[in-house]
Amino acid sequence: MSLDKIFGLYTVSFLAVTILIGIGELAFGLPNRWIGWIFMALSLVIYIVIGVVTRTSNPDQYYVAGRGVPAFYNGMATGSDWMSAASFISMGGALSAQGFAGLAYVMGWTGGYLLLAVFLGPYLRQFGAYTIPDFLSARYGGTSARLIGVVAAVACSFTYLIAQVTGVGLIVSRFIGLDFNVGVFVGLLGVLFCSVLGGMRSVTWTQVAQYIILIISYLVPVVYLSWQLFSIPIPELTYGRVLQQNNSKAIEITRDVNEKETRALWKKDADELNAKIKAGGISEAEVDKLKGQAALAGRQATAPAASDDAKISRYLTVPTGVGMWNFLALTFCLMVGTAGLPHILTRYYTTPSVRQARTSVAWSLFFIFLLYFTAPAYAAFARFTIYAKLVGTKVAELPRWVTLWQPAGLFEVVDKNGDGIVQWADFVIKSTDFVVLAMPEIAGLPFVITGLVMAGGLAAALSTADGLLLTIANAISHDLYYNVIDPSASLTKRLTITKVLLVVTAIIAAWVATFRLSLIVELVAWAFSLAGASFFPALVMGIWWKRANKAGAVAGMILGLGITTYYMIGSRFYGLSWFGTQTIASAIFGLPAGFLTIWIVSLLTAPPPKAVQDLVVSVRYPKSGQGTALSAQGIGLGQH
Amino acid sequence: MADLTDKQKDDYWRYNVKLTTILLVIWFVVTYLISGLWASWLNQYSVLGFPMGYYMAAQGSLAIFVIEIAVYAYLMNRKDEEFGIREEA
Repeated sequence: MSLDKIFGLYTVSFLAVTILIGIGELAFGLPNRWIGWIFMALSLVIYIVIGVVTRTSNPDQYYVAGRGVPAFYNGMATGSDWMSAASFISMGGALSAQGFAGLAYVMGWTGGYLLLAVFLGPYLRQFGAYTIPDFLSARYGGTSARLIGVVAAVACSFTYLIAQVTGVGLIVSRFIGLDFNVGVFVGLLGVLFCSVLGGMRSVTWTQVAQYIILIISYLVPVVYLSWQLFSIPIPELTYGRVLQQNNSKAIEITRDVNEKETRALWKKDADELNAKIKAGGISEAEVDKLKGQAALAGRQATAPAASDDAKISRYLTVPTGVGMWNFLALTFCLMVGTAGLPHILTRYYTTPSVRQARTSVAWSLFFIFLLYFTAPAYAAFARFTIYAKLVGTKVAELPRWVTLWQPAGLFEVVDKNGDGIVQWADFVIKSTDFVVLAMPEIAGLPFVITGLVMAGGLAAALSTADGLLLTIANAISHDLYYNVIDPSASLTKRLTITKVLLVVTAIIAAWVATFRLSLIVELVAWAFSLAGASFFPALVMGIWWKRANKAGAVAGMILGLGITTYYMIGSRFYGLSWFGTQTIASAIFGLPAGFLTIWIVSLLTAPPPKAVQDLVVSVRYPKSGQGTALSAQGIGLGQH
Repeated sequence: MADLTDKQKDDYWRYNVKLTTILLVIWFVVTYLISGLWASWLNQYSVLGFPMGYYMAAQGSLAIFVIEIAVYAYLMNRKDEEFGIREEA
């Protein structure tokens, strides 16, 4: 059976099962908890079955899926590899809260693919290695470049992995009611089954299956809302009107007398708390707690719109000055980070040809675009529904979704001025994650859609975890153990080590996730700057400039990483500030430093050997015999 | 090794560099000028009921990136064929 038939049938069956569950709910009163269980069990079984069917011990299959993944499917796999729990769950809500400034994420996480397409993807495919450190070692020679690559790959992938595992735990615990720590380990089963049994091959096909689930579940609620409000099922076309209505509603709310009263009460709270902090004489932990409360009260006291501004609300206001600098810098860092993350780059090793690698980047971004193009609409519809269905209702008669989701602790409704009516300032948002998760219920959809959204979030988190886990295990077993420590290790031994590492890494990640460190979310954002500053300059220079040599690359990677880390830690913990740049945009300094260093140091030292320079040139032309060049250098590709 | 003459190699590479440069210039203008520095000014106009600057940052730029990559893949793959270095797979 052809791939198209298999995945076509799969999609149809998935939709059919969803409809059946829906009928079960509406006609036979299937309880919510059961629906949650069915969706989770169903998706885990799908992933495990794919893992078992595609198991392999052939190294080409295990590391790069036999280089046989067609562009279209590699695009889907990259899409779900790329879109994590954060894209799926948090982006809609973050946009709804942050307005224009939040768009840095939307642009950064998509525009990076252009850099990947023109600078890296096709050339890496032509080079034909197994991992990114493989490329660094072949291009620059020796083990030092490879080792720095291993350290950087593990550093950015591991923090990212913990965040995915945390996402799995949150989803499982919220929808099924399992304990968070149990949920984490249940979810890992789904990841481990496929990566251990079939490496990249299983991970690829599981990711395709996961993409299909995640995109269906993301689009259904918002398409339905758009249809319900405007009779047009394309939210991208209708949310402009929603934004304008939100805007006038925000101005109306700002002028409302009761609203003003509520805000004044919050303001009073904030002032009192601040006075208390200023007065001193309390412990540091207490001060932190009060500061948090004061910030929250301050936020609630802020009006949703400037009352004299009838045209553009704050929500759409473009930042200026330092705000604009940070917006641009963050967009840039997210872009180069996207093009430098190893678990994404290795996906382009798996296509059959350079030609398909190029097409595959286009498909990847198209599949990612389907979700990102919809996210701002999600945000606007959420705000609209909250304005329409919550503001002005009686506190005694809250909508069903509020009572359903309030226990989850993501938001709270308090009657600040005690008038029995919900004002906008009475709605206390603690985490904007509720937007995507609760949207089906906010829109009044049956619970089966909530179950679907849960399956989608789970797919997003698991698929990214898959790719990351494999990157970490391969960096350690293939690059560190096989290529540096024991080059004579047999194939069986290498694969066994990889499998053991997969399990061990997964368990460590799950164990770290159970601590629920609040720093994790921040660390993920850091991963982009780290990947951008370490890999991007060395890879781009290695491909585009044949004169770049080992000394330059090693110095450039160390300096790029060093400056980025220095600014990150300095600005986050010690009040360091260069041009007011925020911590997550640290690569804006490390990246140019990396490029400059590679350039200057390379020119000051001897050029790379002629064989390497010829190799760099040959990579420019598809169908040239680079395979021999690689194995001649002892990369070990021709050995099976 | 594909049998390209030095002149062919030059032509192929020059074409690639030119295409890459054009795409990157568009990318830069769309991201950092239209959706960044000029967004505030552009917001006075509207597209489909959206303020234009916001629209470009939230939607327009994304669509342009997708088109750019598709154009790159199409043109480069066509160039491969022209130079007889198109792969079988």
